[in-house]
Amino acid sequence: MSDSPADVIGFYSTQLGVDEAAAESVLSSALGRGGSFAELYFEHKRSGSLSFEDQQVKSTQASLSQGVGIRVVEGDAIGYAYTEDLSLDAMRRAAETAAQIAHGSSAAEPVDVTADSYPADRYAIASPSTAVALSEKVDLLRRADDAARAYHPSVARVDASMVDEEKRVLIVRSDGRMVADYQPLLRFNVSCLSEVDGERRNARWGGGGRMGMAYFDEHSPESLAEEAARQAVLQQEAREAPAGTLPVVLAAGDSGILLHEAVGHGLEADFNRKETSNYSNRIGQSVASELVTVIDDATLNLSRGSVNIDDEGEVAGHNLLIENGQLAAYMQDRISSDHFGVAPSGNGRRQSFRHSPMPRMTNTYMTAGQDEPEDLIRRVDYGIFCKAFSGGQVNITNGDFVFSVTEGYLIENGQITAPIRDVNLIGNGPDVLSKVTGVGHDLEMSDGRWTCGKSGQSVPVGVGIPTVLVSGITVGGTQMRPGAGMSA
Amino acid sequence: MVTSRLSTEPLELAARLLELAESAGADQADAVAVSSTNASTTVRKQQIEKVSESTSRSVGLRVILDGRQATVSTSDVSDAALVETVQTALELARVSEPDPYAGLADPTEQARNAPQLALFDERIPEVDGEHRLAQALACEESALGADSRIVNSGGATFSTSFSSFALVDSNGFAGTYADTSASMWVEVMAQEEDGQLRNAGWSSSERSLHRLDRPEDVGREAAARALRQLGASKASTCEAPVVWEPRMAAGLAGIVAGAANGEALYRRATFLAERQDSEVASPLLTIVDDATLANRLGSRPFDGEGVTTRRNSLIERGVFQGFLFDSYNARRLDAASTGSAWRSVGGLPQIGSGNLSIEAGETPPEQIIADVDDGLYLTTLMGFGINYTTGDFSRGAAGIWIRNGELAEPVQEVNVSGSLLEMFQRVDAVGNDAQWFGATSAPTLRMSRMTVSGV
Repeated sequence: MSDSPADVIGFYSTQLGVDEAAAESVLSSALGRGGSFAELYFEHKRSGSLSFEDQQVKSTQASLSQGVGIRVVEGDAIGYAYTEDLSLDAMRRAAETAAQIAHGSSAAEPVDVTADSYPADRYAIASPSTAVALSEKVDLLRRADDAARAYHPSVARVDASMVDEEKRVLIVRSDGRMVADYQPLLRFNVSCLSEVDGERRNARWGGGGRMGMAYFDEHSPESLAEEAARQAVLQQEAREAPAGTLPVVLAAGDSGILLHEAVGHGLEADFNRKETSNYSNRIGQSVASELVTVIDDATLNLSRGSVNIDDEGEVAGHNLLIENGQLAAYMQDRISSDHFGVAPSGNGRRQSFRHSPMPRMTNTYMTAGQDEPEDLIRRVDYGIFCKAFSGGQVNITNGDFVFSVTEGYLIENGQITAPIRDVNLIGNGPDVLSKVTGVGHDLEMSDGRWTCGKSGQSVPVGVGIPTVLVSGITVGGTQMRPGAGMSA
Repeated sequence: MVTSRLSTEPLELAARLLELAESAGADQADAVAVSSTNASTTVRKQQIEKVSESTSRSVGLRVILDGRQATVSTSDVSDAALVETVQTALELARVSEPDPYAGLADPTEQARNAPQLALFDERIPEVDGEHRLAQALACEESALGADSRIVNSGGATFSTSFSSFALVDSNGFAGTYADTSASMWVEVMAQEEDGQLRNAGWSSSERSLHRLDRPEDVGREAAARALRQLGASKASTCEAPVVWEPRMAAGLAGIVAGAANGEALYRRATFLAERQDSEVASPLLTIVDDATLANRLGSRPFDGEGVTTRRNSLIERGVFQGFLFDSYNARRLDAASTGSAWRSVGGLPQIGSGNLSIEAGETPPEQIIADVDDGLYLTTLMGFGINYTTGDFSRGAAGIWIRNGELAEPVQEVNVSGSLLEMFQRVDAVGNDAQWFGATSAPTLRMSRMTVSGV
């Protein structure tokens, strides 16, 4: 079984000597020069990885990372320091470093720390993968390898890997709150290379979540491997992608990356507090088609982006961001929620104890609409249908965003015709969302394969979307469309 | 803060870990230890936003037992934790599978007398918070003050770091080096008449303080770049010449190094496979990887396996010279290590480049632009649209449209695409203006044709 919050608190106290008294002492150093707020983020993370290539285990890895990040807040400014050394002396020294942000001469009142409880039930799992014998994991990788090779004779290489971690976090704040969480994370990856007459095409697929071995009850290694092989083999038939602004149908699931880039980052409250986002000061305004409702939801069971509590100790939530095209709310962390005078939304996240928290997405998705997915394709004379992606990026300030399609098809006269080669799409957030002219009833969440980067920090996230028709996005292929013209 | 330039702590830690591994029965092993102190100050709108300072250290161990290898790392460096690390490594190795190519570097290729590469600026450990604050303030102030249309800021950061790296192996190699870095970064926003913002950032990053650009210049450059995007709109879809400003061209050097990765060759996941010694680019293009340049961010005396670093020619007048290797992939492909292994505490050595340079040409950048009637001057790229296996390139872009040889109106929300091999072949001008950006140097480049997707 995974640890309960009480188990994690017990773990810190008995294994690492970190208890309420130690935390109180470190907090008093952190507030030794004043400061309006201080927080300790303890992290103990064990992770493992196993990689398989040339039909055998290539490498096995394990790592232990532990430490505490100490943040002192003074107004909108923060002082931050961390240490891997959890001795009281080392922690107090780090706290004194973080305290330098405050310039008061006198210390704040002593803090009385009390363990808080909350319902921690998003990913209580029966069999953490970190406790499973390596040979069992090797079997899964071997099954994936066999299945990918059996899929098609052109599959020339298969690389598979499994990465898992268990993270025990303990957060203690100067308001006396002490909360803990046990956060498992598992990911299984398969990469395939198809080779025909020297022409090589590749694809990756995989999935996971805040899950243990039960993940494989619903997702066999064979199904993940066959999907990677299918995509790689398909690419052998791919044509050059078109160039120009075209209608685009996004398949349900991973296409949620569009939302993550087009609106997700722009609705993180730090950018809006600083008024550097193209969504700044637009709460209540129309920012998308009326068909569009977007939610960030940390409460989905077992999802890669879910958390019981955020990394500032707030219970994570279900937050409506856009309702029928109107901007409803931003995603908040502590500093921004103080600024806006709203409740924290549970979106304060960080990569590790070496990083300070900021507003981040969890699982971001568009709610289901009314359309039949097939009808959305039928409505397109000439455009593309996008199914799988390698990543995306956004410029928060001007709203331009991109996402890279690795499995896409031409749509001609309402029918999906040929697969196309890898292509990038570029659009502007509010403009593209205003062009959403059809939303399917088939909302689907991506399997757990996405990691979001912001200001040098990576956190696991989820995305989801039903099948969606956008009347125009710029498609960055190389094939000039007949009649598209050559003039600049 | 007191520090010693040649801190012995990482070397002692690595040696202790290796000793424990050898006495516990590892056939072969190597251990790495890293200690680093990083400090940074961020200001925004001339107020302190964040101050941070921390010292971090961690160790990593690789063991090989009957040809089976495993790696383990820990940030807990107590002796009890080191003993546990060794036990974990041996347990993992036992359930791994034999790999005939697993092993340490050839001792004859390892560094005996490490060259002095001027990687450590004695002034950097002495830099205090007040200095970082003053630099960050000056950088942002110059950006904010450049023009009344600069109305907002994403902030300015000044950071310094010093670290030491140690590697020991069971063949008797023991090496350590210390290095420093300093960097500054700023982002500001210019405002359109309708209130919309255009942002741009600029940065400078070096091993030593004296090489950093002046904060005022970094700030002014960021402001100038935000201002010149005012009024940007989409271009029409077309095929056109594309001029890559030096910072964008530097990214191309990184793509070549990525495609020249010997592990990618083994996996057949690079468009350069089977193209060694053949013409892959215009004869104007010469690209070099060199980890031995004094005082540069990509330099180091030995690589992540102790192998002496060197200069590796990647493309010489358009001809692809060869792949970068660590010793493992070199053994698998019957090649030699090029001193290109990077080792973090957390895993096996990985192949990477040192300093990359696209050799400067003869043409002044103004001339490269003046010779274009109708084309894109590329200043921004976005996204992940590079497929190393096929060489397909398709990325979001922004820049300035060139009309009749002059930089005309700014463009944004366009996409540039092509096949990398065709793009390299189509380089028809190389500037005489090579500049360093961190560990990469590049001049202005022009490609005679790419697809630009827009309206």
